[in-house]
Amino acid sequence: MEVQNTQLLRFTTAGSVDDGKSTLIGRLLYDSKSIFQDQLDAVEKSSQIKGFDYVDLSLLTDGLKSEREQGITIDVAYRYFATPKRKFIIADTPGHIQYTRNMVTGASTANLAIILIDARKGILEQTHRHAFIASLLQIPHAIVCVNKMDLVDYKQDVYDKIVEEFKEFSSKLNIKDVQFIPISALAGDNVVNRSENMPWYEGSTLMYQLEHVHIASDYNHVDCRFPIQSVIRPHTLEFQDYRGYAGRIDGGVFKAGDKIKVLPSGFTSTIKSVELNGEEIEEAFSPMSVTMRLNDEIDISRGDMIVRENNTPEVTQDIDILVTWMSEKPLQSRTKVFVKHTTNECISMVKEIKYKVDINTLHRIEDVNQIEMNDIARISIRASKPLFVDAYERNRYTGSVILIDEQTNETIGAGMIVNHNTSA
Amino acid sequence: MSNYMINHLRELESEAIFVMREVAAQFETPVLLFSGGKDSILMTHLAKKAFYPARIPFPLVHIDTGHNFPETIEFRDNLVKELGVNLIVGSVQEAIDKGRAKEETGVNASRNSLQIVSLLDTLEEHKIDAAMGGARRDEEKARAKERFFSHRDEFGQWDPKNQRPELWNLFNSKKHNGEHFRVFPISNWTEMDVWEYIKMENIALPSLYFSHKRECVVRDGVILAKSKFITLKENEEVVEKVVRYRTCGDMPITGAVCSEADTLEKIIEEIATTRTTERGTRADDKRGETAMEDRKKAGYF
Repeated sequence: MEVQNTQLLRFTTAGSVDDGKSTLIGRLLYDSKSIFQDQLDAVEKSSQIKGFDYVDLSLLTDGLKSEREQGITIDVAYRYFATPKRKFIIADTPGHIQYTRNMVTGASTANLAIILIDARKGILEQTHRHAFIASLLQIPHAIVCVNKMDLVDYKQDVYDKIVEEFKEFSSKLNIKDVQFIPISALAGDNVVNRSENMPWYEGSTLMYQLEHVHIASDYNHVDCRFPIQSVIRPHTLEFQDYRGYAGRIDGGVFKAGDKIKVLPSGFTSTIKSVELNGEEIEEAFSPMSVTMRLNDEIDISRGDMIVRENNTPEVTQDIDILVTWMSEKPLQSRTKVFVKHTTNECISMVKEIKYKVDINTLHRIEDVNQIEMNDIARISIRASKPLFVDAYERNRYTGSVILIDEQTNETIGAGMIVNHNTSA
Repeated sequence: MSNYMINHLRELESEAIFVMREVAAQFETPVLLFSGGKDSILMTHLAKKAFYPARIPFPLVHIDTGHNFPETIEFRDNLVKELGVNLIVGSVQEAIDKGRAKEETGVNASRNSLQIVSLLDTLEEHKIDAAMGGARRDEEKARAKERFFSHRDEFGQWDPKNQRPELWNLFNSKKHNGEHFRVFPISNWTEMDVWEYIKMENIALPSLYFSHKRECVVRDGVILAKSKFITLKENEEVVEKVVRYRTCGDMPITGAVCSEADTLEKIIEEIATTRTTERGTRADDKRGETAMEDRKKAGYF
């Protein structure tokens, strides 16, 4: 029995304290009654000790001691709130250039990005950066909030000019769905309640957008991809010959009777059942975790992938990625790294750094010898075994990799696979 | 337009199962930390689903302070039997007896931070390389910054300023000898999600989560159960109250809430209108603004 059918929407907010980002989050949490009295008490107390004459809502989102001391957000903080329509997870990330890696992290799982613009300042370098990251990480939806409208007397021409300017530069980007909303997070205009100060704005409020944006198609339901996490073999009397393949569906729809192909072996079979906890699932799709059984006994292990015969990812050892560099140690070509892709991992070689992207102007910088922390660059990698890849644009889960330092074991890069063709 | 959509509870379930399966595949000696609370009971339920029809492929670890609610221990022992899993108990009393931990004194004495010693000793003794916990990011501000796969150095310490970035569903489990991971499969669940899921899946819970009569002591606004672990102050008196618990830690530090909610439906209704956080009843978090962050850095759950 399902108690209710609330959907989960994950969104990211990038920005700095001055943009009013914390105030906006505070407003969403407060107006949806997600801030508890004891949390508010604690924040009021801290604000008082610091000598503020207002309640600093950013103290709600800054979790670590050093963050509160310095009054900045260092890391990604996750926040939760719910309305009767949806559950929300906010990945709250700092917006400065030195935190690009955090923005990318927050964006990697988001359905939607909120891009905040201060109406008095208009479009800044930071706006370009946030829009570029939303585009790079293929966040399916973006809402541009022109904030602090109260400080420009709620004037339509100020808003219109910013919207025009944003549209012009974002035409070079790849954001599929962009909405614009004039708001004042501080005064509450168009956040949860419709503003009476801007009768010229006929669109919906931010909360309405968050509650109604169509997210069912955010996952790929076309290309069947099932990376194997492990093989379930109970070895009990009751389930003596049971062999189930455990994993999460990364794309497409699977059901009993479907003809499938296993990579890398190339063996084919049909699906006997898709189940979880012994209960059959009629149709399984992303992001469901399931156990799959086949009609033939085939040797399958972790790292293999079940796909459809007539729709396969590219099987290759050579991949090109757009990488966000996350380590203080710069990357040079001819460096060995671990690559993790779906449930596969292997040692690999960075063959070539092709170019770096200036994330403020989107210009390519060619002839670079190394890439540094927070740089975004296109590189070529040779893996020590074949990977089963799709372009990131087509599938976020079979199109992404992380790079791991061989010596320190740190995660040093996040990569989005480019230019690989799904043979459908 | 496609209609392939699952509800938020199924999505959170799917995420947690994915994480547990990654843990089982990526580590050699993982365990599931079991406190007897609703979150760890939920975790065992998810683990059962993740590996069915095979048994849960890792043992449960209970760090026993000796100050538990009797209901917790009884429930634990039944659950272990039912699931057919191994149980490892790390005893705080033993750590005290061996001189590894020093008991706090005074009326507010608690064995809460002493658990860190027993926990780290147990992990070391059994060479555990991944300990899964039921901590959630919505519980507390330091936990809001926690990763799914959280790296711990050879001293079991957490370095919150130097955490590995975590992208998509790619979890980095690489570590050096002697280091370990804490893994939090239900990071993204809220208290409400936990209760709604418990109701949806009809998961059994210890009786103390439901409204009952209990002899209590009210101290600093916190309703504590009368027990042999609590020393009364001069002006304090024992009163009978109708209460239930929202979280379940040690008897001397876990506050009850006055509540008539004796069914899951009523509990969910109560949580929907409540104005305090779940851990607001926990005396261990009230020891300062960064009480949780400080304990977590040292190796706490």
